[in-house]
This record gives sequence, structure tokens and C-alpha cells, in this order.
Amino acid sequence: MSTESYEDALKKLGELLSKKSDLGKVALAKIQKLTAELEELNSNKSSDAVERIKSGFIHFKTHKYLKKPSLYNALAKGQSPKFLVFACSDSRVSPTQILNFKAGEAFVVRNIANMVPPFDKTQHSGVGAALEFPVTALHVENILVIGHSRCGGIKGLMSIEDNAAPSKNVFIDNWVQIGTPAKNMIKQDFKHLSFTDQCSYCEKEAVNVSLRNLLSYPFVKERVMKNKLAIRGAHYDFVKGTFDLWELDLKAKSNPAFSFS
Amino acid sequence: MALTLCGRARRLVSATSIYNHGCLQRLQQTGSDRFQLGEAKAIRLLPRRTNMVQELGSREEFMQENIDTETSYDFLDEMRQRFLKFKRQKYLPQIEKFQALAIAQSPKVMVIGCADSRVCPSYVLGFQPGEAFTIRNVANLITPIQNGPTETNSALEFAVTTLQVENIIVMGHSNCGGIAALMNHQNHLEQPSSLVERWVMNGKAAKLRTQEVSSHLSFDEQCRNCEKESIKDSVMNLITYPWIRDRVKRGEVKIHGCYYNLSDCSLEKWRLSSDKNSNEFYVSNREIWS
Repeated sequence: MSTESYEDALKKLGELLSKKSDLGKVALAKIQKLTAELEELNSNKSSDAVERIKSGFIHFKTHKYLKKPSLYNALAKGQSPKFLVFACSDSRVSPTQILNFKAGEAFVVRNIANMVPPFDKTQHSGVGAALEFPVTALHVENILVIGHSRCGGIKGLMSIEDNAAPSKNVFIDNWVQIGTPAKNMIKQDFKHLSFTDQCSYCEKEAVNVSLRNLLSYPFVKERVMKNKLAIRGAHYDFVKGTFDLWELDLKAKSNPAFSFS
Repeated sequence: MALTLCGRARRLVSATSIYNHGCLQRLQQTGSDRFQLGEAKAIRLLPRRTNMVQELGSREEFMQENIDTETSYDFLDEMRQRFLKFKRQKYLPQIEKFQALAIAQSPKVMVIGCADSRVCPSYVLGFQPGEAFTIRNVANLITPIQNGPTETNSALEFAVTTLQVENIIVMGHSNCGGIAALMNHQNHLEQPSSLVERWVMNGKAAKLRTQEVSSHLSFDEQCRNCEKESIKDSVMNLITYPWIRDRVKRGEVKIHGCYYNLSDCSLEKWRLSSDKNSNEFYVSNREIWS
């Protein structure tokens, strides 16, 4: 009984009713009742979500907005954040919560695996806009790209087989391919490690790919050259409760990889 | 592990290396905090940009280096303080919840919000870690399927087909810079000159509708109208994705629109419903919270 699908059950019902048409009236009443019950069950799911955001919003208004009227009045007129943050869409890694950003402090872009594609006039204009606006109009001083542990997007990237048939996740695969340089490096240098460990390394190397891609945007590069803008990478590990922070060593050729001392 | 990190990252913050007695003591005091700032090391990590900064002469270069060091140090310290506050106030007190989340996420909600610094969806709507899969782009725009792959629809695909979220919320807001750029753009026939304009032109239909009915209003008032029209368009563009449309028709996914007004801290909210007979979609259950 439990392995039967509802389509099979409906089919059986239909066959029964076609043989015993006098059951039609009884069936009608029962079906209408069942439909109403299922509709109510369904609407509860949505109303739970609506109640959730309503209470969340009222909490925000009471405990944050109304407590600082001058701040929020000023923010209503304009913003001048110092930070531009790229973070993953993952529900566990809101940068506002992890780094305690107040309203108005950080312009935050969130996408799968916190990727920044290279500068390209035709594609990915969404990320281009999300870079151009805060850098050229809002004059942010810091760009931070934050990766994280157990990233589904990075796992997806690492799972893409070369020369395999396209998967059904067309949009996801198309997007995470931005991190292919990271994947190639990890597959080559760490092929002795388990898939899970490779993914962990890839989470960090993909941030480096994004940092390098940032410099392909002329308006970013120009400001970095003039010391008006700093770009840094980070990795939030919610398994261990740690936060790593680093920057690209652009003198890589002459210096060793790490300047520990 | 830090030492084997690939290639060309210069690590500002060490996870486990201890440099001097001062740092070691701090490690002992703070227990398991791994986020360590080694002062000696930070100062020694002299300006990473010296190879790019022009040679200004020895004195200026020295001054520049010191300024950069200060900025670098302040930033690190600030990030450290921020993260440790989160760790002490939220992460450690709810460690079991975070450990469960570390295994898997199963958010019921996906939010598409604007990247604007004033309208973080978790801040304004109170989502806790694990509750809402969040996409943020300029002007919370969703492009229709016929426009091809974007970062937004890849995140939609993941949230709907893999995570199987039950609610999708498109959250717009007042005083949106992206919408203002859209309304400001003068000539639709010319190729937009900037990346921002190219992106916000995805909201062109909302702009045209706004101008049709409210061209007599001030620019600001027109922008307010366009912000709301754009949310509606984004919601309707969600339905162009068959795997969203099918789930909405089956009642597995509910779509909501929200408009957060920064001036009076109100939230206007409505739902997308579908007419069973005509296959049409329409707005319902409109309410305003303030």
C-alpha cells in the first residue's frame, strides 16, 4: 500500500467508479473533503513562512530600526558602505551575521559558491553591475570574497566529469565552471586526497580564482593600483568555527608562497 | 594545513602558528578560538602593493608603507573582533544547531534580495542560519529563462530542484540605486554604456509601465512605483522556468513579493496565486506591516 503512487491509486478509483457508477455521489463527497483537507495542509506551509517573516520583520523594527532613528533616517536617504562582500547563497553563511555588519556597512552580493567571473562585456553582467556600482558609485574601500565549508557549489564543480554528457543542472554547471582553474589545480596537486578533502581545498582556491578575476575589471584594478581599494579572500568553516583571512601575494614569482615567520 | 594551501595566497591570519609569547597567552585565554592575530606578523607583512605603487622616493615610500600597515592592521583587527563576537554570542551558545547544520542545510525559504547595504534579508526579515537560501544582486532582478544562464537562475535551480525550498520571496526596497539608474537611462535604443545599465535594463518593462501611468509624478515617486513594478516582473519571470512553474501549480512552492520601504520601515507583502481554471497567475493576499 505504501509503495503505491497516488497516480496508481487514482487510476484504481477511476476504474472502480466506471464499473460502479452508483458510488459516484459518495465518491464525490469524499473527494471534495480530501481536496479541502489537502489545501489547508498546503496553505499552512506558506502561512508558516509568512508568519515567520512577519515576526522577523517586527522584531527588526522594534529592536533595531526604532532604537536608532537617526541612523535609519540617514540610511533612508543614501548608503556609503565601506565593504563589498561576495558570499555564497548558502543559508548557513550570511556575512551580515558572521561578521556582524550593521545596516549600511556592507554591500553584499550572494551567489552560488561566491564566484566572481572574469570581466566580460556580454555575459555575467549581473556580477559586473554588482561590482561596478559599489566600486565606482559608492567608493567602497574593501572587497572581501568569503568561501565556506561544505559548499554545495564547489562540490558540484568538483563533480563535473570532463567530457561527460551535460547534466540536468544546466544553469548550475554553467555557473560553477567559473571555478574550473581551481578545480584543475586541486585535481592535479592533491589527487592523493579524498574527494571531500579535495573539495575543502577547492573552496579556498576558488576564492583565489575570484580574487584574480576581480583584477580583470579595469575599474577595480585601477583603484587597487592607487591603494584606494583592497581585495581579500576569506573562508568560514562552520564545522570547526573558524575564519581564515588572506590576500593575494601579487609578487608571487619572487616571493615564497607564505610569509610566515 | 595552512602551509599546503595552494599557490599564491599570503596568509594574514594564522590558524595555528604561534609567533611569540604574547600570542600564545592569548590562545590560552580564549580557549578554542582559532582566529588569531599575530601582531608581529601583521607588521612584518609589509604592504602587499609595493610592487604596484609607484616609487615615490624613499621617504614617501616609508610613509606609505606605514600607512598601509596601519590600514592592514586595523582591517584585520576589525574582522577578528567581528567574527569573535559572532562566535561568542551566536555560534558557541548554539553549537548543536550549527553542528546539525554542518551536516546539511534544509532551508524552507529562498530569498532574492538587493545587494544594497541597507536591506540584508536576514537582517530585515530575521532569518537565522539555515533558514533562508539567499541570492543578492543589483535591484533584485530575475531574468526570464529565454535570456539564458545567469548567476541568479543557477541559484534558483539549486534552491528549487536540489534543496527543494517551499517558498520563494522576491524582496525589493525603496531608494534602490539600480532602479534609479534604470529610470535615469535616457535612450533605450543606444547600447548601455556601463555594466550597471546593461544589467538594470532587464527591468525595462517595469520602467515603461511606470512611465505610462506616473510620468506626472516626481522622479523619486516614479522610482518608488518602478521598484514595485520591477518586483512584480521578477516574480512573473520566476514562472518562466518550467521547474518552478510546475511546482507552483502543484502547490509545492509558494511565491511571495515584498517591498521594504526604508523611509517608514514598512513592509508591503503579497502572494502569487494561480487560477486553476485559466492557468493565469495573479497577485493575492496583499498586506502591509508597519
